[in-house]
Amino acid sequence: MNPAVQGLITIIIGVGGCVGYFYFSNQILDKFIFPATGPQAGRNISRANAVRPWLFLFPALFALSLYLAYPVFETLRLSLTDRNAGGAFVGLDNYTQMFGEDKFWEAVRNNLLWLLIVPAASTAFGLLAAQLTDRISWGNIAKSLIFMPMAISFVGAAVIFKLIYDARPEDMAQIGIMNAVYLQLGGESPITWLTVPFWNNIFLMVVLIWIQTGFAMVILSAALRGIPEETIEAAIIDGANPFQVFFKIKMPQIAGTIVVVWTTITIVVLKVFDIVFAMTNGQWETQVLANYMYDKLFRANDWGVGSASAIIIMLMVTPILVWNVYNARKEMR
Amino acid sequence: MAAIAGTKSSLTWAVHLSVAALVLLWIFPTAGLLVSSFRTTDQIRSSGWWAAMFPATANETLRAADPDDFRVDLGDGRFAVSGNLYVEDGSVETPDDVQAVIQVWGTSSRAIDAFVPGDTADLGDGETITVQSNGDYVWEGDDDQMSGRGQRVFVTAESPPEFTLNNYQNVLFDPANREGMAQAFFNTLTVTIPATIIPILVAAFAAYALAWMDFPGRALLIAFVVALLVVPLQLALIPLLQLHNDIGIGKGYLGVWLAHTGFGMPLAIYLLRNYMVGLPRDIIENAKVDGATDFQIFVKIILPLSFPALASFAIFQFLWTWNDLLVALVFLIDATGQTTVMTRQIVELLGTRGGDWEILATSAFVSIAVPLVVFFLMQRYLVRGLLAGSVK
Repeated sequence: MNPAVQGLITIIIGVGGCVGYFYFSNQILDKFIFPATGPQAGRNISRANAVRPWLFLFPALFALSLYLAYPVFETLRLSLTDRNAGGAFVGLDNYTQMFGEDKFWEAVRNNLLWLLIVPAASTAFGLLAAQLTDRISWGNIAKSLIFMPMAISFVGAAVIFKLIYDARPEDMAQIGIMNAVYLQLGGESPITWLTVPFWNNIFLMVVLIWIQTGFAMVILSAALRGIPEETIEAAIIDGANPFQVFFKIKMPQIAGTIVVVWTTITIVVLKVFDIVFAMTNGQWETQVLANYMYDKLFRANDWGVGSASAIIIMLMVTPILVWNVYNARKEMR
Repeated sequence: MAAIAGTKSSLTWAVHLSVAALVLLWIFPTAGLLVSSFRTTDQIRSSGWWAAMFPATANETLRAADPDDFRVDLGDGRFAVSGNLYVEDGSVETPDDVQAVIQVWGTSSRAIDAFVPGDTADLGDGETITVQSNGDYVWEGDDDQMSGRGQRVFVTAESPPEFTLNNYQNVLFDPANREGMAQAFFNTLTVTIPATIIPILVAAFAAYALAWMDFPGRALLIAFVVALLVVPLQLALIPLLQLHNDIGIGKGYLGVWLAHTGFGMPLAIYLLRNYMVGLPRDIIENAKVDGATDFQIFVKIILPLSFPALASFAIFQFLWTWNDLLVALVFLIDATGQTTVMTRQIVELLGTRGGDWEILATSAFVSIAVPLVVFFLMQRYLVRGLLAGSVK
């Protein structure tokens, strides 16, 4: 069947099925199971109202449980078994094997580096852009241009930056801006930037920073606008200079938002896969956990170690998860 | 506020300049890709894309027409061939079409800058050639000299900026091009549309229940959704692939639609619930007093009022499914490669066509053009969604 037709049918079945499910399950509940007639009408109405939320929630809860909650436990189970031994329980063998691999530690080290640099740089650039663009007439245009990379895929961004880092043989014209500038500044011969250990990590991070700065800017800009003007006026009347106003008055008031931006970008960083996969595929000491996991799962076909590394990513996310849940519950009260 | 701050004009200028610098820095990479996608292979090889805006100087070796076929008898045993070097080269149709302007030229590879346009070069024993700046030439000599192959001329010419649509023609509309993007573009669209529409409806009902219906365990469920918001989808790959294989879906569109629906669900519920909670309580209570059921309230009141939030989520989900690589790799693309999506196709090209930037740039731009259009048209909703979606 033509995929377009299949897609169309899926939309119709999917949307129709959803509407049908919600409509008919409500009808059945009200008309047949707990009809609002007869001697128990009142009791039936309240019973129907007690069941109805679960009707509304069921498809979503089903999808959430099956596609996100169940895999957490199944991955944990897989990480403790050996696929080649018919799924036998092997305790922590997979973890021991993984901890013995240099590539794994390289991935952990790089991930930590990403965690240190990308959220910090994106937030800093975002804050700078938010603060500067809020004060000028064409600020909105500037914002939307800085925000634009948000719409570009990691793979697209990888191509964009590969062109920037491109290196060609010495006797040819350099078409990568990095090498063109480098040679112009007196560099001797073009460098293949993505193969220089350690620094190539930074060059990969630049891609993500470029994408995430817009996000940070949008959120922080809204926070900056939310600051009560009286506090700023008071500071200015007391003789504070613009830098003091920014660091001593504004920053403390948006600290909460900065934390939110920081943690959100941190989660993106922990999951970063496409950029490394497309640009270096973990060669030249640029491995990260998500790509290491993909390698193990689909190239080496080692589900045990692959799942174990996925669990490591999960563990790194857990503190943020707990913190988010804690805050959400606090807000609800 | 600027007046209160007593902002100095020098500082204002500094702000304008730094914003301009920041914006330039941020659009520079994308501009490089866009410009490169409109350049020919030769142009991309011979200069950086930033040079595309300016006239380019290039060295070329051209050849006069074959004298055996085209020479004209001048009498006295002398013959001449005349014409235009660029026309002979086949790069233009008529001399009027010539865009390049010859700066210097020569007849030997050791002295390619020996003459300026209009000069007459002495080739020895009375043989001469004159070249004009547009490539017109007159070549004269005796019977012996005017035979064999045409005289070689080395020119250094300046050509104005030139752009072409051929790359797009090649990548999108050439059915013979097996590395083309047409099929992948279509596949991406097939993945994206159902994967965007279906989660919205499912999530909207759940969000309404979590926002406006009272039932035990509601707070716990909201916490559950917030927790799942950050669960890395990496954990889901193997268990779900196994599940899909066990229940017979295997790798294919159905699997990827389901996966995207599941992975988008936490954000959808979270965004929509946050929005719905903020709707005025009066409207909903009045409707209840008037005897409306929850189902009616949801369909007739909540859904229309929640349009901005629905649009925000739709954009997020669209961008995310369109740009996705990992989910497509795991749940969609099988060994035949018939269902490849654009992101995957580009990664393949990065491997096989690493240096062919005209193909890479064009393919990449085809894939990022649609999200960019959506982004600029719907930015308002995107920003609103971001502000609502980041866990406060």
